[in-house]
Amino acid sequence: MRDAFAKIVTELGRQDERLVLLSGDIGNRMFDQFKEEHPDRFYNCGVAEANMVSMAAGLAMAGFRPWIYTIASFLTYRPFEQIRVDAAYHGLPIVFVGTGAGLSYATNGPTHHCLEDIALYRVLGGFRIACPGDALEVSACARELQNAPGPAYLRLGKKGEPKIFTEPPAAPLGRARQMRPGQHAALLSTGNLLPETTAACAQLAARGLDVAHWHFPWVQPIDADALAEVFASVPLVVTAEEHCIDGGFGSLVAEWRAEQVSGARLLRAGTPRRFLHVATEQAHARHECGIDAAGLVARIEAALAEQTARTLSVS
Amino acid sequence: MASELRGLILDLSFRGRTPHLGSSLSCADIVALLYNEYLRIDPVRPDDPDRDRFILSKGHAATTLYAALALHGFLPMEELETTYAHPGSRLPEHPSWRCVPGVEASTGSLGHGLCVGLGLALGLRIRRSPGRVFVLMSDGECNEGSVWEAAMAAPAWAINPLCAIVDFNGWQATGRSREVLALESIDRKFEAFGWRTCRVDGHDLAALRAALAGFGEDPTDRRPLAIIADTVKGRGVSFMEDDNNWHYRLPTADEVRRGKLELGLSTP
Repeated sequence: MRDAFAKIVTELGRQDERLVLLSGDIGNRMFDQFKEEHPDRFYNCGVAEANMVSMAAGLAMAGFRPWIYTIASFLTYRPFEQIRVDAAYHGLPIVFVGTGAGLSYATNGPTHHCLEDIALYRVLGGFRIACPGDALEVSACARELQNAPGPAYLRLGKKGEPKIFTEPPAAPLGRARQMRPGQHAALLSTGNLLPETTAACAQLAARGLDVAHWHFPWVQPIDADALAEVFASVPLVVTAEEHCIDGGFGSLVAEWRAEQVSGARLLRAGTPRRFLHVATEQAHARHECGIDAAGLVARIEAALAEQTARTLSVS
Repeated sequence: MASELRGLILDLSFRGRTPHLGSSLSCADIVALLYNEYLRIDPVRPDDPDRDRFILSKGHAATTLYAALALHGFLPMEELETTYAHPGSRLPEHPSWRCVPGVEASTGSLGHGLCVGLGLALGLRIRRSPGRVFVLMSDGECNEGSVWEAAMAAPAWAINPLCAIVDFNGWQATGRSREVLALESIDRKFEAFGWRTCRVDGHDLAALRAALAGFGEDPTDRRPLAIIADTVKGRGVSFMEDDNNWHYRLPTADEVRRGKLELGLSTP
């Protein structure tokens, strides 16, 4: 995803001379091409995120469209007040690009885990939140954000994730994508967990369970039409994300569901409300949190079995 | 104009029932000088992309900014006098970006203005605009780490159309600013960070003019400019001067009357 971002931001920089790229002292060499082409539109802002965010606001006030790139946890938590006041309150077109979101930097420990970011951007209002599922979708989302009227967050994983899309997908703002149909249940995914959810649905199919898969590259605005269709068509919906169980994608779906008259039962899969203190790596951490393909399969199978048992006991 | 500004500040604090009177009065000379002599701005074209920008980073002194904008035709004086801080007014207690023409940033949380101003100045430089950026901070505001992040960044990129002015009135909310944190020597700090730095009496217009002389015009000196302006909190009203109770206290009608008498202004 990182390399895809470097490529697309260089391309967008060619198309739009208002695009200024700010980096928080990471991405060494990644942006060499951008720097070579636009030496006056790239700034390494050092390890000083608060200044970087407010500076971006100033640049936007001067008519530019700043994109800020750094590690997601440092991008979000350290300068959150600057994000709130200078980006959101002013409503300025700044794209916050967080790399290594979720458990991408699992080996580095909780300082580098970024599992509350969607929750934080979401509550500010006015933020567009893109959580692409693979490298090709990164480019599609970035194109959509190029002319966003206000602030936006682009949530990236790391390098070398599995490719899910074979052709560059379209990712129209606020639209979800049905990856496969199904009638027993629906699995809704966002962001870099897409390879796990894709595998989970394939494994469930092999076990005779026909589970629909919907992917949401946009958490905000959410595709309410897709949610309405999903909740009306299956008895069980499960959300999956590499983000804390609170405040993120599943939370948003739950809030939407709470205001509907009727619809399917909802379960949410995400990371727990605690820090991961032991040494780990992404696949291990996903497994421990029950959000890898195996964990999702087990969760969906158990929930469907429970619903079947309940239906039988009622009848 | 500074006396007129101060009279308005007293009236606004009384009518709007808003605090921070001492902080608004301490920077009145600086703000009056900038608006009278330095800022290339025009109320007829408040969005001119090449205008100078003034950011009141110490947003709690909003009455000073609003009064200056009203005196320079950016908003009707009557509106300021009758609606400031009232529910529904477009003039809130802390300035909100574009609430009226001439308000260049939303402030109220300290430590934002210099960083925003740096971004603005950088943007103006990329566009080769003649616009300059003036940022007015408080001394207590320099407790914020973000101020020093910007202080490191601006000289690194030689952003010289940027002028930071610290209204050093010696007090922050709960104590002497020299004592709350180790703020001094603040001029030597800015200098060490790579700024062209002057420390002057912030009520001495000639000294302020000398500090601003040549700002942004010397092609051989690409350092940003920091002016530490030593001021007196509550300046201009004897019973408010250097009394930190006026950080939060609201004036009575009689205090406003007496203050305006001291300023040589007619009483209402």
